Amino acid sequence: MRKKWKALLPAMAVIAFAAAGCGGDEGSGASSDVSVGLVYDIGGRGDQSFNDAAAAGIERAAAELGITFTEASPNDDGSNRGELLQLGADAHNLVIAVGFLFEGDAAKVGAANPETSFAVIDSSMIDWAQDPPAPYGEKIAGLVFAEQQGSFLVGAAAALKSTTGTVGFIGGVRGVGGLIEKFEAGYIAGAKAVNPDIKILSEYITEAPNFDGFNAPDRAKDIALAMYEGGADIVYHAAGGSGAGLFEAAKTQSEASGAKVWGIGVDSDQYNTVDPAVQEYVLTSMLKRVDVAVFEAVKAQIDGTLVGGETRYDLAVDGVGYSTSGGFIDDIAEKLEEFKAQIIDGTIVVPTDPTQA
Amino acid sequence: MSALRRLVLALAAPAAAVGFALVTSSLILLLIGSNPLVAYGDMLEHASKLETLVDILNRATPLYVSGIAVAIAFRMNLFNIGVEGQFLLAFLVAAHAGSLVSLPAALHIAFILVVAMSVGAAYAGAAGVLKVTRGVNEVISTIMLNAIAVSGLVAWLIKEWQAGGSIGTGTTTRVGTAPIDESGLLPDLNGVLELVTRDLRPGKELTGVLVLALVVGVVYHVLVNRTVFGFDLRASGFNPFAARVGGVPPKRMIILAMSISGAVAGLVGMAELMQSGYFPSNPIQGLGYAGIAVALLGRNHPVGIAFGALIFAFLDVSSGVLQFSGAAPREIVVIMQGVIILAAVVAYEMAHRARNREEARSAAAALHEARAEA
Repeated sequence: MRKKWKALLPAMAVIAFAAAGCGGDEGSGASSDVSVGLVYDIGGRGDQSFNDAAAAGIERAAAELGITFTEASPNDDGSNRGELLQLGADAHNLVIAVGFLFEGDAAKVGAANPETSFAVIDSSMIDWAQDPPAPYGEKIAGLVFAEQQGSFLVGAAAALKSTTGTVGFIGGVRGVGGLIEKFEAGYIAGAKAVNPDIKILSEYITEAPNFDGFNAPDRAKDIALAMYEGGADIVYHAAGGSGAGLFEAAKTQSEASGAKVWGIGVDSDQYNTVDPAVQEYVLTSMLKRVDVAVFEAVKAQIDGTLVGGETRYDLAVDGVGYSTSGGFIDDIAEKLEEFKAQIIDGTIVVPTDPTQA
Repeated sequence: MSALRRLVLALAAPAAAVGFALVTSSLILLLIGSNPLVAYGDMLEHASKLETLVDILNRATPLYVSGIAVAIAFRMNLFNIGVEGQFLLAFLVAAHAGSLVSLPAALHIAFILVVAMSVGAAYAGAAGVLKVTRGVNEVISTIMLNAIAVSGLVAWLIKEWQAGGSIGTGTTTRVGTAPIDESGLLPDLNGVLELVTRDLRPGKELTGVLVLALVVGVVYHVLVNRTVFGFDLRASGFNPFAARVGGVPPKRMIILAMSISGAVAGLVGMAELMQSGYFPSNPIQGLGYAGIAVALLGRNHPVGIAFGALIFAFLDVSSGVLQFSGAAPREIVVIMQGVIILAAVVAYEMAHRARNREEARSAAAALHEARAEA
């Protein structure tokens, strides 16, 4: 009997360390009396993408603005989002929720806690059921991004750099209210703006309600390899954690065929976050500055300028953009900046629906 | 063996399982430098609030229904792993059907519930039919049917039935089927709570599906223990060959048991539907699998399953307060759930053996006595 118990110990230690790695609530010196409850979407920190960008924003706010914060993430089935927002409101002036799935709960909890400010990433926090549509509350902010504009620029970059005339797009999950389709639409429009005859291969990993597509690098790799085999030499992904598989596929394909193929990253500058072995295959990344949105929301809370309803982060305010790490697109930077200026001044209106791109 | 002793043995097993889980998680918390007493204190303090109790009941409701669905099949030695697919498909179809009609309240609600139960029954019944006609093990077929439901049917139908607007184009912020009229939604129980204690914080609702879940529990108890069908069900589960010899048609029983299990599974999604009024692109998933754990913990007994659902709900709800108080990482609640299940399985087996030994001993003693007399 005693022996059996000892055999269990290593397993228990592993569980313990795994649990420890996922914790980590920290705050820093309090030179501001603002405290923030940051509620991530499922998975929390460590996704190399969305949640981590929010974490970077709050850490910068803690360092530069001296606020304190507490972090939390929902149960794996997302069943306790509303409870987390309420717990956040119990002890903080500002609650930031990372992801549009918090919308319904944030509207409810926001109404029940009028003294607390709320900011929801990726949702406009506008009640479309009202006529005319109006914000859910004066202190309930929605921080949204013009992902199609950033995607347009990386689409243009892909078309400019492609030697085969074929590029690819991998979406994580189709049918989440057109959220990922927005990336696809911008990418197609950008590629076609450079080369109207370009061939664009497009595929989604899963369809809602199956959300595995955001965390299935193996399937992203298979799809990417098939696209490279099909003649694409540059593939863009909007698939969160699945993206790692794309860059692996680029390396595999490049080494096998001798002709270099590329991947394009999303959300953060993936040149800096991927495995160094595949770094040289990251052509550029579409930047979605969730970190900036989080930082600005905290700043607005301190200044008392937080507004209810939609705040849009687009190219004009550098809320979206593209990365240049690695220097692979330096030769086309001028052309991309031209497109960027045209989008900002309204000469180019980027579609959000792939069927119109 | 005396009735009292039987009861003690029955209760000792789950109590031991929970106790073992407490000891294990305390050790883990100590290992990672958290104080288990502080963590448990935070959990209990949080759970003592009325709003949290409502959260626990709201969470326990679908878990309970799911547990009962699994238990019905278990009583016949059928393992319905397909509750997940059955409930999601039923949830979606019921949400869509409910949004298409306008009826007086009672009829509208009844219509939605009947649609949900029919879809669940049909989808689970398919696994039963496959088993009796083609000998496909229900474990295999229900797992496959889950994949077909979630990644196939639901993904396709939700696109077909999606209400207008898209988040991407900024014309809506809510994705899913068209909303059901107010008349189709079970009212919440806030009024009842108010009578007993006090008003809830605005925006908080105690789900009306709780009543439905209690009805399901009572019907399950009566069906299994007080009807001929229930007797046949238990007999087939206990010894299929004996039951067959006794005149219980095994094929019909399998299809019936799977269908009833599926009908109950169809009600799992009602907790979410009656609260939100539509099927979203991100419904709460995993309830079908959690139901297996809850049924195991509750020993397929209607009260035991309620106990299991409440424990799981309490732990789920505690993950938030642990993170905000910083007392422990949220994963500790998942570990506790896992350990409770494992420990319960072991403890039940030990109690079962203890009971067998006891029976053997008393039988031997009786035999000895009888011989001495002869």
